[in-house]
Amino acid sequence: MLSPDGGQTVDILIENGRIVSIGPALSNDALYPEFDATGCWVGPGFVDIHTHLREPGHEYKEDIKSGSQAAALGGYTAVVAMPNTMPAIDSGHIARLVAARGREVGLIEVQPAGAVTLGRQGNELAHLDELWEAGSRIFTDDGDPVADSGLMRQALEYIGDLGGVVSQHCEDKGLSRGGHMHEGSVSSLLGIRGIPPASEDIVVARDIALSEMTDRPVHFQHLSSARSVELIADARLRGVPVTAEVTPHHLMFTDKEIEAGTDPAFKMHPPLRTESDRQGLIEGLRHGVIDVVATDHAPHVTADKEVPFEEAANGVIGLETAAAVVNTVLQPDAAEFFSWMSTGPAGIARMANHGRYPTHGELANLVVFDPNARWIPGTYASKSTNSPYTGLTLTGKVRLTVSMGRTTSSEGQLT
Amino acid sequence: MRHLLSTEHMTATELTWILNMADEMAEVLERPIPKVPTLRGKTVGLLFFENSTRTRLSFERAAKALSADTMTFGSQGSSMTKGESLRDTALTLEALGADLMVVRHHAVGAAHRISEWVDVPVINAGDGTNQHPTQALLDVLTLRKRFGKLDGLTVAIVGDIRHSRVARSNVFAMTALGADVTLVAPPTLLPPTLDEWPVRVAHHIDDVIESTDVLYLLRIQAERGGDQVVPSLPEYVSRFGLTDERYARMSGDSVVLHPGPMNRGVEIAHGVAEADRSLVLSQVRNGVAVRMAVMMTLAGADRD
Repeated sequence: MLSPDGGQTVDILIENGRIVSIGPALSNDALYPEFDATGCWVGPGFVDIHTHLREPGHEYKEDIKSGSQAAALGGYTAVVAMPNTMPAIDSGHIARLVAARGREVGLIEVQPAGAVTLGRQGNELAHLDELWEAGSRIFTDDGDPVADSGLMRQALEYIGDLGGVVSQHCEDKGLSRGGHMHEGSVSSLLGIRGIPPASEDIVVARDIALSEMTDRPVHFQHLSSARSVELIADARLRGVPVTAEVTPHHLMFTDKEIEAGTDPAFKMHPPLRTESDRQGLIEGLRHGVIDVVATDHAPHVTADKEVPFEEAANGVIGLETAAAVVNTVLQPDAAEFFSWMSTGPAGIARMANHGRYPTHGELANLVVFDPNARWIPGTYASKSTNSPYTGLTLTGKVRLTVSMGRTTSSEGQLT
Repeated sequence: MRHLLSTEHMTATELTWILNMADEMAEVLERPIPKVPTLRGKTVGLLFFENSTRTRLSFERAAKALSADTMTFGSQGSSMTKGESLRDTALTLEALGADLMVVRHHAVGAAHRISEWVDVPVINAGDGTNQHPTQALLDVLTLRKRFGKLDGLTVAIVGDIRHSRVARSNVFAMTALGADVTLVAPPTLLPPTLDEWPVRVAHHIDDVIESTDVLYLLRIQAERGGDQVVPSLPEYVSRFGLTDERYARMSGDSVVLHPGPMNRGVEIAHGVAEADRSLVLSQVRNGVAVRMAVMMTLAGADRD
């Protein structure tokens, strides 16, 4: 079990969902069902601050129930639902609907991210106070950047004052326009129009300047470029309040995957980049420049991917594989792992009830993760199957998830 | 060889095999009855998701000269406009009895994707800005007929290389056979990275006009990309156009190729298209022979 003091081998007694005892060799007088977690890590349930649950509006791809199930299987106890739904989560009633539907399903806490601008159109601020009241703590137009610098400044000042954080999708559309993959040797050979890393770097650099000017936090989503990591490292040295996330797929793959067969399973935004970018992201995560891993779980139905690369939808699912991919690629120690997967993201999303080490007297919110188990993803609880990991051998498996006192998944099955 | 999707990894041996067979097919086409029974009873599915008259006619003519039946799918007015997926269309053509598929599509990798879904050989007849391997084969056939071999030839490909599947296919086919290829274009019309391209680069047609054996001209593909790639057409002509004056400076045996359609007055001066050095119509003729050779090679290949 992981605690602030480090790891220890203990028994945990849970009664009516509450942790009533932690210690070596506890007796089980009441004969509660036992779960043998020998060799596993026990830590706080994972928190994903970047999930597309697709409800309302695109329930044929995913809905809050199927997305919650995928999250529970993946070891998550909370997710932040991205607001690029139809309609967008840009006002209080839609945010309340998403949160309430999450509670109704009851597998995870669903915190609705609020849009920064009305309809995510980038023109005027969304109903930020309403969204805050409805529980939004992360604000983003994800899928699109807040492109206008003046509007971004207003958003930072207003949202920062509320206590929230603006989470930016970093893309200069003048550079990314019409692009489908990383601009480089692979795109040049294929003839597919590319998106240069500068498309991301420019927005990261601009928002560092705005964060510094306003002294308000900016969170950078799904980093793909090594240069962005350098910019953020430099900003943090100067005390600029910026944070960043990286996705499992950017940690694992490069644009070489596309060269082999233009398989749309590897099409995502931002695109997979080069090996040196990938190494930059890995080093950024290891050294704390990148704070957290976020899935950017983006379900798309098969028909959206059974087309040529340039016509395919962007994105991959990731909730059910994220922990395993991170463990496979980085082989972290338990403290790093839970910092990236749980405590870090819970902090950014201001989730008081998540990212807490198992503590005597509290509702159990935990995950049992076997860092040595090998498995091959093949089927998913998500409604969509657009996973680049299908058929790959991953190391590390979620064995048990207990969310808000309730066992939500055990040994790969929903409970 | 199971499919013909790209020239990028083709060897000189594979290319030469097809070229030799194409020479034989060219003889067939000279006969009074230009037809052989090789593919009698076979059906060639022509899947043209992108409009093309020249390439479709050439493949049709090739299939018929091999006594195959053809079945043409055009995207206009078909179920593609009703939202049918690429996979469904390909599986439908296969179920209808296509023994071989010729795929033309506006998106990169379309033929490759189809080859993963169907059990019959697939010929890429142009996929977006990626590859157009039969065009390259007919070009190298044209040059081999004229010069005897590609080895040692200097080739300058001039124009919109960034958006050209013809250039991508030709660079690899020509260099695999020993030609020395130079790309001539402004940076805005070159691929962003040329790291893995076995080529040289020049930024003015006058750098190559007097020395090159082969001048391969491409048109500017205004329909792709949507960027402003050159300040204006007259400026493009001044640096990259084959004008009458430049034509007069070309060396002894040198030739001019163009995959068509030509924009006369832009990359090629009006009269030059039909001048002595122009092999444009030979290219078209050789296209039929090359496509016959490719279909024979693939249809006769073992099914694995």
